[in-house]
Amino acid sequence: MPLPPLPLEAIQLGAEAESWRAAVLLAGEGLVRSGAARAGYSAEMIRMIDEHGPYVVIAPGLALAHARPGPDVLADGLAIVTLSTPVKFGHPHNDPVCVVLALAIANPLEHLSAVASLANVFNDSSAIADLAGAETPERVREIMGLA
Amino acid sequence: MKIVTICGAGIGSSGILKVNAERVLKKLDIEATVVAADIGSLAAVVGDAQVILTSSEFVDAIGSTFADVIVIDNYFDTAELTTKLDAALG
Repeated sequence: MPLPPLPLEAIQLGAEAESWRAAVLLAGEGLVRSGAARAGYSAEMIRMIDEHGPYVVIAPGLALAHARPGPDVLADGLAIVTLSTPVKFGHPHNDPVCVVLALAIANPLEHLSAVASLANVFNDSSAIADLAGAETPERVREIMGLA
Repeated sequence: MKIVTICGAGIGSSGILKVNAERVLKKLDIEATVVAADIGSLAAVVGDAQVILTSSEFVDAIGSTFADVIVIDNYFDTAELTTKLDAALG
């Protein structure tokens, strides 16, 4: 399975977020615009971080916001927000965050091939900086290997 | 050998850790089964695991275990995974 769908409307560049919560909300809104999730999924993603800490900051500058599959997930999908001013999530090594991905997975049994595709993109260590500097949503799709 | 990767949801970050751990283990020529799980179901899968891969946030919640708990800072840095897995298993 390739990456979950990342349509242009799920990409927002140079956004302003005053906190990590605002940044995750923006990424969740991308999933809502693309039809992958209902608005409630954003609250779920934030709840995961409130409950378990900022572990979603899985690489320097990058947060992969996600929650469990559930009624708020309508389809597999990915959203990307880049921040004009990086925000801190409170991670001991990987703060501040300039790129927030939101991942919605409808069927947990099939998620591994989707995240394998994500790993393929980000195992290239320049991908995060490239995304942070992307000036068009089309360029973001290109960096993600979709164009 | 069994390795468990842990995150809050059991999808997403633990899945990335599983995928990259499998790639590294293959290069190190170490045979292992890698299972991704959420912290809530850890007890059900950890019994026969030798290694738990996770981020620092989950160390306290994992608590006392016979498995080696390895904290990964950058999930996409296969060099970090290689060094830490090789030190634990090699």
